[in-house]
Amino acid sequence: MLFASFRVITARNPVHAALYLVLAFFQASGIWMLLKAEFLSIALVLVYVGAVMVLFLFVVMMLDINIDSIRQGFWKHFPLAATVGAVIALELAAVLLGGFRISEPQKQLAAQVISPAAVTAVAPVDVASAAVDAASAALTTASAADVGHVVVAQASNTKALGVLLYTEYLYPVQVAALILLVGLIAAIALTLRARKDSKFQNAGDQVRVKARDRVELVKMDAVKPAPAAPAAEETKA
Amino acid sequence: MSITLGHYLTLGAILFALSVIGIFLNRKNLIVLLMAIELMLLAVNMNFVAFSHYLGDLNGQIFVFFILTVAAAESAIGLAILVQLFRNKSSINVDELNTLKG
Repeated sequence: MLFASFRVITARNPVHAALYLVLAFFQASGIWMLLKAEFLSIALVLVYVGAVMVLFLFVVMMLDINIDSIRQGFWKHFPLAATVGAVIALELAAVLLGGFRISEPQKQLAAQVISPAAVTAVAPVDVASAAVDAASAALTTASAADVGHVVVAQASNTKALGVLLYTEYLYPVQVAALILLVGLIAAIALTLRARKDSKFQNAGDQVRVKARDRVELVKMDAVKPAPAAPAAEETKA
Repeated sequence: MSITLGHYLTLGAILFALSVIGIFLNRKNLIVLLMAIELMLLAVNMNFVAFSHYLGDLNGQIFVFFILTVAAAESAIGLAILVQLFRNKSSINVDELNTLKG
């Protein structure tokens, strides 16, 4: 998965990058399946691999892009990219290594709270990370409702997720639906072009039209004056 | 050796760092920029799911669900803007997007 994501950012061809991203998403889905998040892993495959990445591939293949001109500044930006990446990696490593040190009484307190809740963070795992698990779980599982969620989670992941989604998170679900609707309308409105040469009737103009727009009455003299003078000129010449 | 929470967090951290490097590395290619953003969201979701599993709290997965929704809408709008941009300027070079510069 790391190799796949590495190839996403270094592949010469954008199509290859998109396909490697698909591979990365599949592997992430597998990892989520291992983490007992079945619904989310299947949703990841359906939504991302099925919809978003197909959209990416369509766009990549629709736009004919000159690869060489795009690759020009690749190595120019490399030192900056390496520096920023190293800084971020160091920060994350510092947080990961330093954040797991938790004092002993806190761990014991957490272990006491955690045992009736039957959470999956069990004893034989690494001591430091287990301490963090237990401490954070003690915070989150303090209320009775969250303990109830844990019990529900043991039945079926999808069912528990659905119950939680449509009871407690009903309004966020509707907001998410609204976001999707806005995205749909925005994408269509951005890319839709009306053809200039297509023929169609404008019904509003047809209704609003008045009689004087169609027939124009022109005032003119009933009789034309006789062209006598030019004829006399010609005979003289 | 069993897989702990730290392993998943490390994986998410490396993914996030890789995507940040990718954003800086592919400064000219807007499509790869969007893909790097997707990769970054995937790293964040990985952390969410790992914490949700090890803490036994399902709210994290709900949050991942909403992140997926927003990310799908975001990438759709981003690609629509990209297509319009390509029609107008026939390039997706980020450096040429200075029309709004005063």
